[in-house]
Amino acid sequence: MAADGSVLVGRTEGVTSLQRFARRRSTIAFLMTLPLILVIGGLVAYPAVYAMYLSTLNRTMVRNIGLENFAILLDTDTFYMVILQSCIFAISAVLLKALIGFWLAHMLHDIPAKGQRKWRGMLLIPWVIPPALSTLGWWWMFDPSYSSINYLLNVFAVPSVPWLGEPWWARVSVIIVNVWYGAPFFMIMYLAALKSVPEQLYEAAAIDGATGFQRLRYITLPMMRNIISITVLFSLIVTFANYDIVRVLTNGGPRDLTHVFATYAFQVGILSGNVPRGAAVSLFMFPLLAIFAFFVLRGVTRRNKEEA
Amino acid sequence: MSTSTATREMPDIYHKAGSLSSERRWALWTAYISLIFAAIIFLAPPVYMFITSLKTSAEVANLTGSPWLVREPTLENYAAILGNPTFLVFFWNSVKITVCVVLITMVISTLAAFALARMRFWGSQALATGVFLTYLIPETLLFIPLYQIVGGLGLLNSSWGLVVVYPTLTVPFCTWIMIGYFASIPKELDEAALIDGASWSQMLLKIFIPVAMPGIIAATIFAFTVSWAAFVYPTAFVTTPDEMPLTIGVVSQLVRADTFAWGQIMAGALLAALPPVIVYAFLMDYYIAGLTAGATKG
Repeated sequence: MAADGSVLVGRTEGVTSLQRFARRRSTIAFLMTLPLILVIGGLVAYPAVYAMYLSTLNRTMVRNIGLENFAILLDTDTFYMVILQSCIFAISAVLLKALIGFWLAHMLHDIPAKGQRKWRGMLLIPWVIPPALSTLGWWWMFDPSYSSINYLLNVFAVPSVPWLGEPWWARVSVIIVNVWYGAPFFMIMYLAALKSVPEQLYEAAAIDGATGFQRLRYITLPMMRNIISITVLFSLIVTFANYDIVRVLTNGGPRDLTHVFATYAFQVGILSGNVPRGAAVSLFMFPLLAIFAFFVLRGVTRRNKEEA
Repeated sequence: MSTSTATREMPDIYHKAGSLSSERRWALWTAYISLIFAAIIFLAPPVYMFITSLKTSAEVANLTGSPWLVREPTLENYAAILGNPTFLVFFWNSVKITVCVVLITMVISTLAAFALARMRFWGSQALATGVFLTYLIPETLLFIPLYQIVGGLGLLNSSWGLVVVYPTLTVPFCTWIMIGYFASIPKELDEAALIDGASWSQMLLKIFIPVAMPGIIAATIFAFTVSWAAFVYPTAFVTTPDEMPLTIGVVSQLVRADTFAWGQIMAGALLAALPPVIVYAFLMDYYIAGLTAGATKG
């Protein structure tokens, strides 16, 4: 097709109707994508650049202080805890989500096809409820004096747990809620991937006498490798930048020990009114996210090429 | 896994067949046990929210007996929350914002996806990649500069400010999956239409949108759920209760109003979560198609 050169062709004198058509087509295409370009340019690209500029200003935003904000942040213990907590939170939550999701996807795949729909529908519910609202429910379940989880633990003679009151337990609670919310997503993605593995491969393996573990190791995992890495990386991005769960459940406490980047940026930038430093906190996420995003994109393009 | 050592030592075909069926039965049991266990844990929080919402404040505060049981179920919490004008304002704001955002999103992304899937032009490939990368940018990375920008437009503390920024959450993914759906429509269809003298707009309205209807429904559901559940932007940009959508309204106002009205808070949270759950219950297949399309279709 007269794809890339269409604009040039159209500009020459004495256009034939076909060339005029080509010119019109690229103009139309441009007009059709214009709103998209405006949204991406105005509300994503520009703010991204603006964030970098903001982060170099002082608190009152009148003076440029270079990288001072970043230096100050790296000087405080709280911020180190934020970095540490973000990493603990993202890595353990994603790992658990992926493992639970993988396991459940397999279990769903194992049961007869007509029952799958019902189970799948039920197990996806945590993902459907807006996380800010379901976290409210968790908060209530973790409530120190009325905790219904502790009640169940006590029934089994396990002592009560100070879910949100003690730093490590608060960290665990935040991870539990995130895993609860995110595991169904992994389950659905892996189930879709499992369904696309050709059944003949398993039949051939069964004839060759492969054990269940061998089938997993030599058929399922290689066939799903791409989708596993895409979902894990994608989830790392989302979990690393998570805000809702920490905000509702602990709001950063106890003693600022469960803050992740997003909640800390919110605390510094919006609640304390130091917009430039808040922007700097957010920007600390950027390098890691960029690396993850690069690999997601690579995985997706590779997948498209395989399918093409 | 249950292939016993005996069968492995005697690899004759008849034994294999027997072991396969016992392995199958064993796998089925593991599957059902795991699924039941997972379903209990996955459904416990919403169920417990529902249980709490049926209790009176006195019963919630009563520490004797199991918190998982309701002794005197009552609907007074629902009556109270539905009679609460603030809650109705939150609901109305959510509806208003979501409807606007879904409409804006679908117009923008259908047009763009059509252009990107069919009319290759200079930079179209880069733009498609850019769309996907934008989808990967979490909103928490940009909410501070957006706070300044929205403030500069004078739209802080206004639900219209949210209508302006929400498309950043919805447009990239919707465009991305629509490109996938449009690209899967056979080229012969549009060639036939061109020969019959159809214009681009006719092609889009009469061929692409009807044929890609499942994709459009999936994208609409996605846009709806995302803008209904959005939390970071409203928390950052809206502090007056009159302009708050449900998510932040329930979390900040109901909790702050009276810390011990747990029944009402839970009733409010459940009612707020209801629209996405209803959409999901009726359109589950589209919902899941939209969810998995991002990665499996590409």
